Amino acid sequence: MSIENISLSGKKVDVSENKMTFLEKLYLINIVKGMMVTIKHMFMRPATVKYPEQTREFSPVYRGRHTLMRDDEGRERCTACGLCALSCPAEAITMKAAERKPEEKHLYREEKYAEIYEINMLRCIFCGLCEEACPKEAIYLTKSKALVFSDYDRTDFIYGKDRLVMPLEQAIRNTKVIS
Amino acid sequence: MSETFIIDKMVIIVIVFAITMLMAMYATLAERKIAAWMQDRIGPNRAGKGGILQPLADGLKLFSKEEFIPNTPNRFLFILGPGISMTVALATSAVIPWGDKLIIGGREVILQATDIDVSILFILAILSVGVYGIIIGGWASNNKYSLMGAMRAGSQMISYELAMGLSIISIVMMSGTLSLKEIAVQQAGMNWNLFYQPLAFIIFLVCSFAETNRAPFDMSEGEHELVGGYNLEYSSMKMGFYLFAEYAAMFISSAILAVMFLGAYNYPGMEWAIENWGVNAANIIGVGVLFLKIFFFIFLYMWVRWTIPRFRYDQIMNLGWKVLIPLSIVNIVITAAVILM
Repeated sequence: MSIENISLSGKKVDVSENKMTFLEKLYLINIVKGMMVTIKHMFMRPATVKYPEQTREFSPVYRGRHTLMRDDEGRERCTACGLCALSCPAEAITMKAAERKPEEKHLYREEKYAEIYEINMLRCIFCGLCEEACPKEAIYLTKSKALVFSDYDRTDFIYGKDRLVMPLEQAIRNTKVIS
Repeated sequence: MSETFIIDKMVIIVIVFAITMLMAMYATLAERKIAAWMQDRIGPNRAGKGGILQPLADGLKLFSKEEFIPNTPNRFLFILGPGISMTVALATSAVIPWGDKLIIGGREVILQATDIDVSILFILAILSVGVYGIIIGGWASNNKYSLMGAMRAGSQMISYELAMGLSIISIVMMSGTLSLKEIAVQQAGMNWNLFYQPLAFIIFLVCSFAETNRAPFDMSEGEHELVGGYNLEYSSMKMGFYLFAEYAAMFISSAILAVMFLGAYNYPGMEWAIENWGVNAANIIGVGVLFLKIFFFIFLYMWVRWTIPRFRYDQIMNLGWKVLIPLSIVNIVITAAVILM
C-alpha cells in the first residue's frame, strides 16, 4: 500500500492499470456485443402498463379518495363532531353541523349531522389521520380505491358531500352482502 | 430535349422529393418506436392507429410555436441557416439511381432524376456545403454556447469528409467511373462492392455517422454538454427544419450506402425475373429491394444510436484524423496493388 493507494476516508483504493488490448481498442467488437444486447431487448415484452385501458392493482390499504360511509340501514354515519378536521395536519376538512328534523330520521344516525362537509383535495395529503380519528367510523380513505383526478380550476377541487358520501345503491349492496 | 423527356423528369423529380420528405417524416416516428422497443417500452401510440399520425402531430406542434428571432445583427443569416441544411439534404437525392428503367408506352424512362458523369463528386461537393448550414446557424444565433456547438459540429464534419472521399476513391478505382448509375450497373447479380471492399465499407459507414451528426458522433447536439448546441436559439419551424434535415440526410446517406456498397437495385435472380416477368416488373421489384436496403441502413443508424454512449470531442477528432485517414490511404494502396496484379 503506497501513498497513492490510501484514500482520506481510510478505504483502500486500488485502480486496475490494465491497458486495452488491440481488439478492445478497435472498439468494433464491443459495439457489436452491445448491439446484440439491444436487439435482444427489442424482442422482449415491454414493461409498459397501457393506462387508461389497463391499470395497476391497488394494495388493500391504499389511501385514495375519501368516502363518507353509511351504516347497514342506509343512514349517514357522520355526526359532524369535527375530530377529523381537528386531526387533519393540512387543515383540509371543513364542516357545518345541523340538527336532524323528525322526518329525516331515516337519513342520519344521530341528532347531529353534517349539513355541509367539504374537503379541499389540493390541501389533503392523504395521510389517513382523519380515518384514524373518527369515532363513528364514518370517513375512510381505504375503501373507495378511487383517485382524485386532475382538473383545471382550483375551486373544482373542493369536494362536497355530493362527491364524498357513499352512494345509496352501494350501501344497499353492502347490506345485502352482510345479511 | 423533347417534351416527353421534360415531363418524365419533372414527374420523377416530384416523386423523389415527395418520397424523401415522406421517408424523413416517418423516420422520426420509426426512431421513437425503435428506441422504445429497445428500451422495453412502447413508443407513441396515441396519434392515429398505432401512432401513424405522430409525425403530423409533431409538425403541427412545431408550427404552432412562437417564432422567435433573437437580438442578432444577422437576421438574414439566422433564417438562412436551416434553409441551407435542408437544401443540401434534398439536393443529393437528385443523382441516386432508384431503379433501372421502366418501359412505358414504348419509350424508356430511367428512374433517376439526373444522370451526370460525376455523381460521386457532386454528392461530396454538396455535402461539403452542408457544413455551412450548421456554422451559419451557430454564428447567427449571437450566443456563445451555440457558437461553440457549431464550431465543434463543423470541425467534426470537415474532418470526416476527408476520410469519406478517400474511401470512395477505392470504389472509383475498382469501377473506373464516377457515375453512380454505372456503379449500380456493374454490381449486377450478387457482384456487390461490399464483398470486394469491406474496409472501405466500414470507413464509409463510420464517416456517414459523423457527417449526419448522428450518435455516437452527436457531440454538437449533446443536450447535457452544450445546452442544445447550434440549434439552441431556434424555435418553431426553423428548428423543425434543422431536425428534419438531419433525418433527410440520414435517409440520403443510407441511399448512397446502399447504392455504392450493397448493389443498388440489383438482387440475385434479376435476369430470371427480366426474362419471365418482363422488364417493368423486375425493375419495380428492384426499386423495392433498394428501399429494403435503405430501411436496413436506417435501422442500423437507430440501432447504433441507442446502443453506444456519445464519444468525446477529442476522441472524435482522434478517430477522424489519426485512424480513418491512414486506414483509407492504406485501403487505396492495397486496392491499387490488387488491381495491378
